[in-house]
Amino acid sequence: MFWKYGLFFSILSGGIWGVFWQIFFTVVGILILGTPLSLELSQIMIIGPIAGILYIKSQKHLSIKFHLTAIIIITLLIFVSHLGNPYQAEDENQLIIFMLILLTSFFLWLSLNHSLYNLSPRKLSKHDIESFFIKFMWGIGLIILILITLIPFYIMIITSLKNQQSLILNPLDLSVNLNTDFKTLFNSYIELFTNFNFHLFLINSFIVSCTTVIITLFFSIPGAYALARLRIPNKKIFSGTVILIYLIPSIVLIIPLYAIFSYIGLRNSLFGLILVYPATTIPVALYMLRGYFSALSSEIDDAALMDGLSRIQIILKIAIPLSKPAIVSVGLYVFMIAWNEFLIAFMFLDDPNIFTLSRGIMSLNSSEIPQQHLMAGAVIATIPVMIIFLYLEKFLISGLSAGGVKG
Amino acid sequence: MTNIKKKNKNTLLEKEKKLGLILLLPTILIVLSVVIFPLLANFWISFKPVSLGDLRPPKLVVKERIKENLSDKSQLAEIQYRYRNSSIKYDLENVIIKDIIPNGFTVKDLQPAQLCKLKLKELTCNLDNVSSRSSGKIILKVHKNDQWQKELDNPKKTKPLVTFSSKNILTSLEFNTENFKKVFSASEFFEVLKVSFYYTIFGTAGALLFGLLAAQILQKSFRGRSIVRGLLLFPYVSPVIAVAFAWVILFDPFSGIVNSMLVQMNVIDKPINFFGQKYTDIIIFGYVFKFPLALSMVIAFEIWRYFPLSFLFILARMQSFPEEVYDAAKIDGASPLQQFYYISLPFLIGIMSILFLLRFIWTFNKFDDIFLLTGGNAGTRTFTVNVYEQAFAISNLGAGAAVAVVIFIFLLTFSLLFMRYSKKETF
Repeated sequence: MFWKYGLFFSILSGGIWGVFWQIFFTVVGILILGTPLSLELSQIMIIGPIAGILYIKSQKHLSIKFHLTAIIIITLLIFVSHLGNPYQAEDENQLIIFMLILLTSFFLWLSLNHSLYNLSPRKLSKHDIESFFIKFMWGIGLIILILITLIPFYIMIITSLKNQQSLILNPLDLSVNLNTDFKTLFNSYIELFTNFNFHLFLINSFIVSCTTVIITLFFSIPGAYALARLRIPNKKIFSGTVILIYLIPSIVLIIPLYAIFSYIGLRNSLFGLILVYPATTIPVALYMLRGYFSALSSEIDDAALMDGLSRIQIILKIAIPLSKPAIVSVGLYVFMIAWNEFLIAFMFLDDPNIFTLSRGIMSLNSSEIPQQHLMAGAVIATIPVMIIFLYLEKFLISGLSAGGVKG
Repeated sequence: MTNIKKKNKNTLLEKEKKLGLILLLPTILIVLSVVIFPLLANFWISFKPVSLGDLRPPKLVVKERIKENLSDKSQLAEIQYRYRNSSIKYDLENVIIKDIIPNGFTVKDLQPAQLCKLKLKELTCNLDNVSSRSSGKIILKVHKNDQWQKELDNPKKTKPLVTFSSKNILTSLEFNTENFKKVFSASEFFEVLKVSFYYTIFGTAGALLFGLLAAQILQKSFRGRSIVRGLLLFPYVSPVIAVAFAWVILFDPFSGIVNSMLVQMNVIDKPINFFGQKYTDIIIFGYVFKFPLALSMVIAFEIWRYFPLSFLFILARMQSFPEEVYDAAKIDGASPLQQFYYISLPFLIGIMSILFLLRFIWTFNKFDDIFLLTGGNAGTRTFTVNVYEQAFAISNLGAGAAVAVVIFIFLLTFSLLFMRYSKKETF
């Protein structure tokens, strides 16, 4: 059977990798140049397999010199096969086109080096075939995964740095002209902070989120300790109820909350938000912290009780210091929930002076306000969460995985 | 001796009980007032014909005006009270308007005489019923007397005092099942049900499979793995409003990159409105097949945003797995796929089913994402979006609350299933 031979796999992976990188660098080229490039795949479908065969046949004498020669050969082949004019681009862009082709061949060869490494061109065992496939899929999968994850963020940032004219003129031009001065480049941001009150929104969001974290921790730490350590009747029912409450979404509560808060006049106020947010986050925090506290050894508590410490003292002097990382991660998680919350802020706040960022960005979503302002707002809302996330990734990941089923 | 010990133990237990309840009390109170009470209120509202306008309590607007010149002693002046029921729906009952007429005036005439009385200087008008939207006038003909002082005797100085009672639809004991009839009989109910389950099932399963895939890829150690792991969590940690709008702009039919790219590459000949088009025709082997485009896009967003979560859980579980088992399998000649199928998968199935159930509940409850992407249009209206649509777009709070009740019943069923199931699994 021909498909059990290593040679077949080299042809296959050469073709697939070739097509993949050709598409990838055509898109990159369009984004860099901002001019249309035509996507032609038939040539690479022949050159890719040739490269695959070349690799697998010459595996015994791979050296840096050989790698370089191979890349140059592939580059030349692509040029020749396109009759010297790949992408059918204009002449002035020849240098960039050449770079794109070179990169295509380089990455094609790199990928082949990864997925065909140590593969024999002869008949393969089932084990080898599967290993090859897994290696091959691994490479493609990783690249696609990263691309899919990051593209929307890239679009967000790039769009926020453009001006109306260039957006309409050519939506595909996603390059950033770094030669323009600071003011033109960050025009949307400056506009948002000067004309759209975003400095207020930022402050409001911080006030609401931080207060929510403080209130939540203040109530959930003793509560979680009680659930983890103290002998309370009907503890199981209580814990079950906590989980159930934690599953109730705000959309089910929004109508009565809207009605009640309108009646008592708390609807259009930050105080109203600060009242509602902790109620949605306390059950989550309770659930997460209870797990952490139960994991602490109860012998320390017993020893402390023997020494005459009260339970409150134990919480303050033993439980909290011992579970500091857990409390930090719960706090961060709660901050994230409050910062990202949209529905209640959207329904409650009418007065632009007390908008939180989510509500403020929603007010930018109209046909009169240009897209780049909307995206600049999105970037402003995302950056603080990202900073917290990157800075405290370890804490946050443990927080996410403990309570992250919500959201 | 044993008795004392027992007694001590009992008091200790009592103390603990008390302390435990005290520590939990604030939580219980907050949750009761902001979650349980609204939940019950939602049931209450769902049986009532309440509209958004009913939240503004009915009011009697009274305006006091002075006609003619007051400066001349001999001349008659008029003090007018115009009143109006501002509500377009509710009558006001037992309406009483009171005001003080300053000493400097002598009242000559009072209209309507049968309803109004003047006792000393206090004017009391017992208007009884003021029906909705109706209005009326109270007219006093006065002239100045000797006690008149310019500053003190402005009749407008004392504001008229209004008392009334009105039926309040929110607190009255009138109930009917109109809202539920409306929700269930509407032909869109089944459409909404179908869309909700499509969205939930495909969104949850997709995110789970994608997460499994990502976890498999990231299990292998390579340079920069922790950075990639961080990157993959970006969609989940960023504010939903930011990423949802980024998607909308990415797929915009006029200036979106995806559309112009597809057009440039000649894949499509005219831009597609990804979030606004209910169906698109896909031709497979000559058979035209209606593909729910907007719904699929919303599901794709759901998968994109929530796969990091499943990925995180599955990766954590996989890394806790002893490496030796794989080594043993390799020695026994198990191929990589066999290793995955016979070792990894059975090991992961527990966490994955828990994740599926929990994510199922949360996806079913998801509102923000769909609302921001499509506003519930183009065949993407799930139950949650329907709550908003009924309550705030059509202003029928009662119907919205009824939809919320339906959601809650589904939620309760799912959670009971989850609780029963999760008992078997350590979570």
